[in-house]
Amino acid sequence: MGPEAHWRAALADGSFLLQRGRQSGRAFFPPRIAEPGTGDETEWFEACGEGTVYSVTIIGQKPPAVPYAVVLVELAEGPRLMSRVEGVAPEAIAIGMAVKARIIREGDAPLLVFDPA
Amino acid sequence: MAEQFPCGKTAIVGLATHGIGEVPGFSSMELAAGAGLKAVADAGLALADIDALFICLPDDLFAGMAFAEYLGLKPRFTDNNRTGGSAFMSHMATAAMMLDAGSIDAALVAYGSNQRSGGGKLSTPAKSNAWEAPYRPLFPLSSYALAAARHCHQFGTTREQLAEIAVAARLWANGNPEAFAKGALSIADCLASRIVSSPLSVRDCCLVTDGAAAIVMTRADRARDLPQPAVPVLGAAAATWWTAISQAPDLTETAARESGARAFAMAGLAPADIDVVQLYDAFTINTLLFLEDLGFCPKGEGGRFVENGGIAPGGHLPVNTNGGGLSCCHPGMYGLMAIVEAARQVRGSAANQIPDVQFALAHGSGGTLSSQATVILGNR
Repeated sequence: MGPEAHWRAALADGSFLLQRGRQSGRAFFPPRIAEPGTGDETEWFEACGEGTVYSVTIIGQKPPAVPYAVVLVELAEGPRLMSRVEGVAPEAIAIGMAVKARIIREGDAPLLVFDPA
Repeated sequence: MAEQFPCGKTAIVGLATHGIGEVPGFSSMELAAGAGLKAVADAGLALADIDALFICLPDDLFAGMAFAEYLGLKPRFTDNNRTGGSAFMSHMATAAMMLDAGSIDAALVAYGSNQRSGGGKLSTPAKSNAWEAPYRPLFPLSSYALAAARHCHQFGTTREQLAEIAVAARLWANGNPEAFAKGALSIADCLASRIVSSPLSVRDCCLVTDGAAAIVMTRADRARDLPQPAVPVLGAAAATWWTAISQAPDLTETAARESGARAFAMAGLAPADIDVVQLYDAFTINTLLFLEDLGFCPKGEGGRFVENGGIAPGGHLPVNTNGGGLSCCHPGMYGLMAIVEAARQVRGSAANQIPDVQFALAHGSGGTLSSQATVILGNR
């Protein structure tokens, strides 16, 4: 199984994993077969799930569809990823806001989302 | 070892735009081929003289072969580099080095798209990757919006300042007969336009048009015998730092910082030497980021740089003098249109000709601010 499939299988089992370089200890995302920039071996660890909103955009839609927000989250371990923040109005999502990861199911697949911390 | 480039040893000797705006009933290949024929004729050459092809079409991943067959070329080198809107500046870098090495004698760089007549939407095979798609960003727009939001947060850049860029592009377009979007456009109009992906509104986004462009390059010694004033290529550099915006180490700084610095070093010039600037403005934030990253103003100062008509006609730096992707044309990968406008400014044949242009810069961007490439043209 490649690292991407490994990550998705773990997510389906309720774990949000990250990788880091064995030598550097530097965390990165998305999963890869080697640490980007060095090509070094990697190891898995469980993310703490904490992060902050690094950037946010609200996508306007024609009514009756409602606007929704897409965010970049900077994880406590350093990597950034795209996601959404649930349980809060899009306009209330601000850069710097503390958020916490949660795994939901959407359609047939597990999905990583965030809640205000 | 210092980076080598044959500064001034090669030149653009033919150029053309073709089918700019709306030309129903033509395929992208037909438009690109039309531009190619015009550029070869402009150079005073025959098709049989072209021995290297550099091309990237929106809807044909193997356009290098298809275009060669279409025009009956037999290139000894075909480059199908697909780094989006920066591909054409990369094409020029490769062509200049191969011409100088004597590997090829005459290079044709071409692009064409029927995306307005053919569907009315941005035509691109690119899309959000599997890590981003579930969150439904608009691709590629939301990636640029996330960068813009970050620039506003870090540097206090405002929607009014972004609107200045759209208004400047429109004012230039109003003086260019070829431009597609003309008419009055105020900052208030921009601010009142619908938000698509905040902070970017409809007026922060480029056009969707048809259009094609092409250039012909040869060695400078041969260029002297050709009918048009040669436009020497002084520097050409590319840099790729990521593809997905989530992987950008700093959303407010692009690889243009690297491609620009290297192109300036090749040319032996500095930003203050450049008389006219063409930047791939898929969105207003692009112009802002590239002005900063290329060194025309310090990081974070882009908003103030463009204020009060700073890059509009009569401003302190003429930027996107054809109207840019925002108001002249945007047939997908716009990079080659920026090159043609820069070369026209050096020739002295642009619609909005800037007096006494010695040096011009053209900058292309591909993906989601991912791949950046810079070309510097001019007469030393």
